Amino acid sequence: MSSTANADRRTQLESLWEHDAVKIIAVIGAIYIVYALIGLILGYSLDGIVNTLRRMTYLIAVYGMVTLALNLHWGYTGLFNIGVAGFMAIGLYVTMMLAKPADPGGAAQYAGLGLPMPIAIIGGVVAAGLAGLVVALPALRLRADYFAITTIAFAEIVRLGITSDALQQFTILGAELGTGGGRGLIRNYDDPMNVIFQLEIFSSFVDLTNSLFGFGPTQARALAYSIVLVIVLAGIYWLIQRTSRSPFGRVLKAIREDEEAAQSLGKDTNMFKIKVFVLGCALMGLAGILWRFRRTGVTPEAFRPHVTFYIWIALIIGGAGSNTGSILGSGLFVAVLFEGPQYLRRVIDQLVAIGDAPNTFAGAVGPLLSANPVPLVRYTFAEFLTLQFVIMGVALILLMQRRPDGLLGHREETAAAIPLGARPSAAGGGSGGGGGSDSVSGGGFAHSQTRDQNDDSDQQTDGGIDAETVGTQADTNDRSEDSESSQGSESSDNTYQTDDSTTDGETQ
Amino acid sequence: MSTVDDVVTRGRSLSTEQLLLIAVGIGVVLLVGDLILGVLDGSYSISRIGRYVTEGVLYGLIMGLAGIGLSMTYSILNFANFAHGDTITAGAFIGWGGTYLIAGWGAAGLGHLALVGPQRGLGGPQLGISITSTPVAIFAGLLLAGVGTALFAVLIDRLAYKPMRGAGGIPLLITSIGVAFALRYLITFVYSSQSRGTTASVPSADLLLVDGYVSLDAHDGTLIAAAVVLMLGVHLMLQRTKLGKAMRAMSDNKDLALVTGIPTERVIRWTWMIGGGLAGSAGYLMVLWTGTIDWQFGWLLLLLIFAAVILGGIGSIYGAIVGGLVIGISMHMSMIWLPGGDFTTITAFLMMILVLLIRPAGLFGGKTTA
Repeated sequence: MSSTANADRRTQLESLWEHDAVKIIAVIGAIYIVYALIGLILGYSLDGIVNTLRRMTYLIAVYGMVTLALNLHWGYTGLFNIGVAGFMAIGLYVTMMLAKPADPGGAAQYAGLGLPMPIAIIGGVVAAGLAGLVVALPALRLRADYFAITTIAFAEIVRLGITSDALQQFTILGAELGTGGGRGLIRNYDDPMNVIFQLEIFSSFVDLTNSLFGFGPTQARALAYSIVLVIVLAGIYWLIQRTSRSPFGRVLKAIREDEEAAQSLGKDTNMFKIKVFVLGCALMGLAGILWRFRRTGVTPEAFRPHVTFYIWIALIIGGAGSNTGSILGSGLFVAVLFEGPQYLRRVIDQLVAIGDAPNTFAGAVGPLLSANPVPLVRYTFAEFLTLQFVIMGVALILLMQRRPDGLLGHREETAAAIPLGARPSAAGGGSGGGGGSDSVSGGGFAHSQTRDQNDDSDQQTDGGIDAETVGTQADTNDRSEDSESSQGSESSDNTYQTDDSTTDGETQ
Repeated sequence: MSTVDDVVTRGRSLSTEQLLLIAVGIGVVLLVGDLILGVLDGSYSISRIGRYVTEGVLYGLIMGLAGIGLSMTYSILNFANFAHGDTITAGAFIGWGGTYLIAGWGAAGLGHLALVGPQRGLGGPQLGISITSTPVAIFAGLLLAGVGTALFAVLIDRLAYKPMRGAGGIPLLITSIGVAFALRYLITFVYSSQSRGTTASVPSADLLLVDGYVSLDAHDGTLIAAAVVLMLGVHLMLQRTKLGKAMRAMSDNKDLALVTGIPTERVIRWTWMIGGGLAGSAGYLMVLWTGTIDWQFGWLLLLLIFAAVILGGIGSIYGAIVGGLVIGISMHMSMIWLPGGDFTTITAFLMMILVLLIRPAGLFGGKTTA
């Protein structure tokens, strides 16, 4: 009796879990709870704990934005961009150069154009998008791995360019500008969030946070900034979600699944790829701006290839192709891999007294000969922040080996405008695989890889199913296509290969 | 099936390619013309150009040597190995540990020596390590770098790549980025992130070149000799042995090779050993040549090696060698027009991107020789 009630509740919970919003809230909530507990163990006061959570929110929001943009490139269109850091750098540097006052003022600073912040941000976003165009126009003809090498080389060109002394200070069209070279740029313009901070209502926000958490004005501002970032993240999520479910988005998925087939249905795939690459790069630029435009300054060091690597881990944790997965992925990446090891170290430090570590690895390993592991443990502990990067690398390897689809990548977000889930048992008639909708997809694309070529009857029925609301499509697919998705995850690698044989079946 | 549209797009892309080619051609002609005029009117001294070319050749030899391994794994295992740069670093550290142990035996603790002197005070210059004073230690270190890295590369393959042998090039590429990251910071964990000097100064010869001198020291000579010998060895091995033939067969058609009875798994193991061994040797020679070692020089070298390999044509070991030399020389020659050295790397990357756009198959037409 109770077992059926439990089962009922379980199915209820499971159906609740199907909602993406629930997934995001649950995961982020769990992260908050864990970090609040960590704060308690470390003996933080309330404002310290809330501040920790605020920092997590800030990082998750920023990484989430970039991961969403990368998902647009790789998850939806199959563009293998590993030059993310370069586009972020362009966005931030252009914005800062536009916003910095024309009169350098201080000694070691460089002049900017002194434009108002909104215009500077638009300038940065446009510049990042244009950079994407410059890369995409020629490079899209290349194979995926060559494209990857081109993008990372571009990112390095950008980084070396802003590091070089030659661009430290230059004059363009009579205006003096400068990237600051290796020393970077200092923010000597007003806090860009002043638009909000100077509002009447903001002072009551400060009072509120003061009475709730004991925050000072600086912390209240930081909190407001993080909240703004979350709102922007939600906006980008909405934008990309809309894009991916529009006819435009369906063409993108079709390109990812089989570019030649999309071409054969009359889609100018190169045009689509260029557009989406530019859009993604512009969003990366925006994320780069929001990431650091409020800080005291920026150096080129901030845009080492590491950043790209972080974003890729976040994307792969969440599962390429899923926007919800991108946000979950960046949440888990920040909580477990990025911030986790540091907090773990602090907690251990708090709970156990760990003595002085030996200076070198030799000093740590030597005592092992006499069966004394203590120095090695101490050394490991002291060098924990180095090991953190090793852990990240190993995590990526294991993910690629065990779960290349990440958390939600198994969802087949098909390129069809209609749900392909429930198939009527009636055998299909003569309608072709591509018929039935104005989009490219029809039935075949997402499945063409996972299904045998001779499986004609299935393919043909796809065209005849009634159209349902597009909004629930991902969820229904999720459940009803389990049997296929297990196959699909195995062979999804082939999806990115050029697979000539599949196109023949499509263009009947 | 080619439709009218196809033909039109093909024609269009062909014309952009040709336009690019013409633009690059004009650029090259302009630069060469400027070079000749500059030399004639004396604004560019011949000895300065000679120095750039010498440095470029030395740098190019290292990239070519390291590029052979990258090219081999690319053509046989079908993926761009982003961990290759950190394999180079690992090899350099392994080899130099051996050199320190032999040259400094008794002068310091074993741990200190095996870890290439992580702490200040007692390093290569103090131990007097150089090809002239401690040749045995250098050769032993080079051998250790080669053999040690070969085994290490096989170990990495076993742990990281073997479980996903059937996967496509892109998942393997992403995995290799993870390997690169883990490896780089494992090196820091073991050897520390301190950058240190490794060699004492050696006698050098100044060669007269028209209006000045080009100096070559004993380590430059060692680098040239070792690189040429290793490259010849690889050439002979690929052309004369059964293994070489099997490798060529595998890079041509893996399934066919398997059907013919070629033990593909064993060939893959040998590919990693040869590629890793050459990478380790290249790293060792790089450190011998520059006289310093740090934890990320291999990673910084990686994209340049990619540039060299792509320029020569992926899959061709001769392409990798020629590509390395071309990239090395042009990087240094770029300093004639772009002084300061800030733009050498940028030059190399731009050349790579141009080659990818104009002739993705590379100079050697993508003919696989290994």
